Amino acid sequence: MSLTAPSTRATRPSLRRRFLQLAERATSPLLPADYLDLFDPLRPGADLRGRIVAVHPETADAATIVIRPGADWAGHVPGQYVRIGVDVDGIRQWRAYSLTHGPRADGNISITVKAVPDGLVSTHLVRESQPGTLVHLEQAQGEFVLPTDGGKLLFVTAGSGVTPVIGMLRNLYPVADDGVVRLARSTAYDIVVVHVAPSEPHSIFIDNLRALDEAGLIRLVARYDDEHGVLDVADLDTLVPDLHERKTLACGPGGLLDALQRHHDERGLDLLTEQFRVTTLVVGEGGTVDFTSSGTTVDADGGTPILDAAEAAGVLMPSGCRMGICFGCVLPLREGAVRDLRTGAVTTATPGETEGQGVPIQTCISAAAGACVIDH
Amino acid sequence: MTVLQKKAHNPIGHLTPEDIEQLGVELDAIRQSVIDTRGADDAAYIRKVIATQRKLELGSRAVLLVSMFPPAWLVGTAGLAVAKIIENMEIGHNVMHGQWDWMRDPKIHSTTWEWDNASPSEQWKHSHNELHHTYTNVIGKDNDLGYGIMRVDEDQRWVPLYAAQPLWNFVNACFFEYGIAAYDLELGKNLATKERRQDPDFRARAKVTLKKIRNQMTKDYVIHPLLSGPSFLNTLAANATANLIRNLWTHSVIMCGHFPEGVETFERKSIVGETRGEWYVRQMLGSANISGSKAMHFMSGNLSFQIEHHLFPDLPSNRYQQIAPQVQDLFRRYGLTYTTGSLPRQVASAWKKVIRLSLPNDFLGRGRGASVTDLPASEPAREHVAA
Repeated sequence: MSLTAPSTRATRPSLRRRFLQLAERATSPLLPADYLDLFDPLRPGADLRGRIVAVHPETADAATIVIRPGADWAGHVPGQYVRIGVDVDGIRQWRAYSLTHGPRADGNISITVKAVPDGLVSTHLVRESQPGTLVHLEQAQGEFVLPTDGGKLLFVTAGSGVTPVIGMLRNLYPVADDGVVRLARSTAYDIVVVHVAPSEPHSIFIDNLRALDEAGLIRLVARYDDEHGVLDVADLDTLVPDLHERKTLACGPGGLLDALQRHHDERGLDLLTEQFRVTTLVVGEGGTVDFTSSGTTVDADGGTPILDAAEAAGVLMPSGCRMGICFGCVLPLREGAVRDLRTGAVTTATPGETEGQGVPIQTCISAAAGACVIDH
Repeated sequence: MTVLQKKAHNPIGHLTPEDIEQLGVELDAIRQSVIDTRGADDAAYIRKVIATQRKLELGSRAVLLVSMFPPAWLVGTAGLAVAKIIENMEIGHNVMHGQWDWMRDPKIHSTTWEWDNASPSEQWKHSHNELHHTYTNVIGKDNDLGYGIMRVDEDQRWVPLYAAQPLWNFVNACFFEYGIAAYDLELGKNLATKERRQDPDFRARAKVTLKKIRNQMTKDYVIHPLLSGPSFLNTLAANATANLIRNLWTHSVIMCGHFPEGVETFERKSIVGETRGEWYVRQMLGSANISGSKAMHFMSGNLSFQIEHHLFPDLPSNRYQQIAPQVQDLFRRYGLTYTTGSLPRQVASAWKKVIRLSLPNDFLGRGRGASVTDLPASEPAREHVAA
């Protein structure tokens, strides 16, 4: 045994490689995976996918989608987001959603989606998604996660911005049939949640937050626009008297986050934010966008991200969070000008003057500001 | 049946430039109606076709593992031939046209698809999508007309070599996938001079093609026969037969697209400054359909709707059948001939033409060239086409 064991170990990788090579030669020009996917799309080694196993309505226009991820799902930290590719009307659409829970015993993951007006994907997921449907996934990512060392925290959440926070809270205070489970690691946290929503019935997860509040595990300050008026961030000083002792984590639309940032900067307080939707600030002139490799030319208006315009024209584009955070969509701008839809800043590239192979631009938040040439 | 502008009866002589533009507007509307309704059903269709084709191929190759038993050989060979035809026609050809790019599925996309054929998809897309579909039936521009090795129009000068073209055509049909690869490489032109042979771009492309052919051959003639063990030779013969059947079938379908009687050809100068409407008219007159059963349409990759395909090369193939009645109605209203016929009839018609044109125009005493070169009646029409 001692003589044969090392040699077996040494030949094993090369045997495996040879077998794979043989399989590839047998399936050329396709790959063995193209055939295996027909039978087990969630197997180890497959592109990361998931299968919807349940759809639970949360409110009139929100639902929690439970997904069994493929074997290669690497896990996540509550509060991270996952990019999900869903076919809506036959077209693959990618969106980022927060993971609203910690690791589950059944190995599934879940996202809670609120159908937003004109929201193609959110509306589809809430109203039409069916158990059994295959979806496409990427590994969880994001830095908007619960600090691991406990402490005094303030969560400010608006609308569906509550979802990553719910993920963190469910992980800290799991709810079992007989009530909230008190975990030793959770005693190190002192949490206040200021939750803002247009009106009470549409506030998703509010029951969850209320239960935690009643159990004395968090303090919930719910503010509904129709009842209390639109929240003025200056009111935080009175709503949360010990604000200066807390680290703030905020998740919601850009307007609220900008106001919070100013408010906290003035007071020298810590703030961690996650924006849920890109707010388009500026609309400039559009232009044609030429893609060098595919030879495609796309007409893009000044208010549409180049990513969206190119996808609508059938170009396969790299993409990520679609909100200017993850840099998964960056491509080199060889020539022309683009405008940052959030800030209005214009980036230009001129062949011969621009260094290297062009200026890297985020296509998800850049619109054409004249004719452009992009290497892709 | 020769260059349109020289014909005694000009098939578009009765149309004004305004008519032609209006026809273009109507065709654009048909196209838009399909784009507006493309959706989940179409996506489900192509995914089902791909899944079925792959399962059929797997099953057939599995059966061929014991191909020394004659029934297994027959079933496996038939299944593999059908799988290869579906892969080339309804899937490969159409995916590479970008018919399914709108789904944004990187696995079913014109930029990522590689097909079970000798010609690498990148080169085929250039010669087919860019050249053939743009310059359809324009003598001297569209090399699909005779593939550079045959005389398919009275206006092509006859040389003695063409006498053997029925034989070329048959040999080309048997080895059609290699014919396409050679054609996509423009082998005839590129091997002609030393300078062209040494052109780095040509050499690079030839290398890619040879690698593809090597991979294809390794799969069909080495790996799968080896996997069959004692059935080695039977499987080898089965795979060669399946490739032969695929080649003969695709060649027949493709001949029916542009070669049968009734299909028009065009002069190089006629497409200078061509409008959208005129381009549509050229596609309408330069293509021919095949009538037949649902199964025949499917196995032809819906190229039996060649006219609809040429009008809208990037619309999903499953929709051609659906818009065909509208397109036929358009032909009728504008007084144009919708060329169609059964598969045997169209194949025979195309072969007849190949044989007839292997001889000089006046050989059988039915000289065309001399009688139609100078017809004043066609003059006004020429202006329309060339406008």
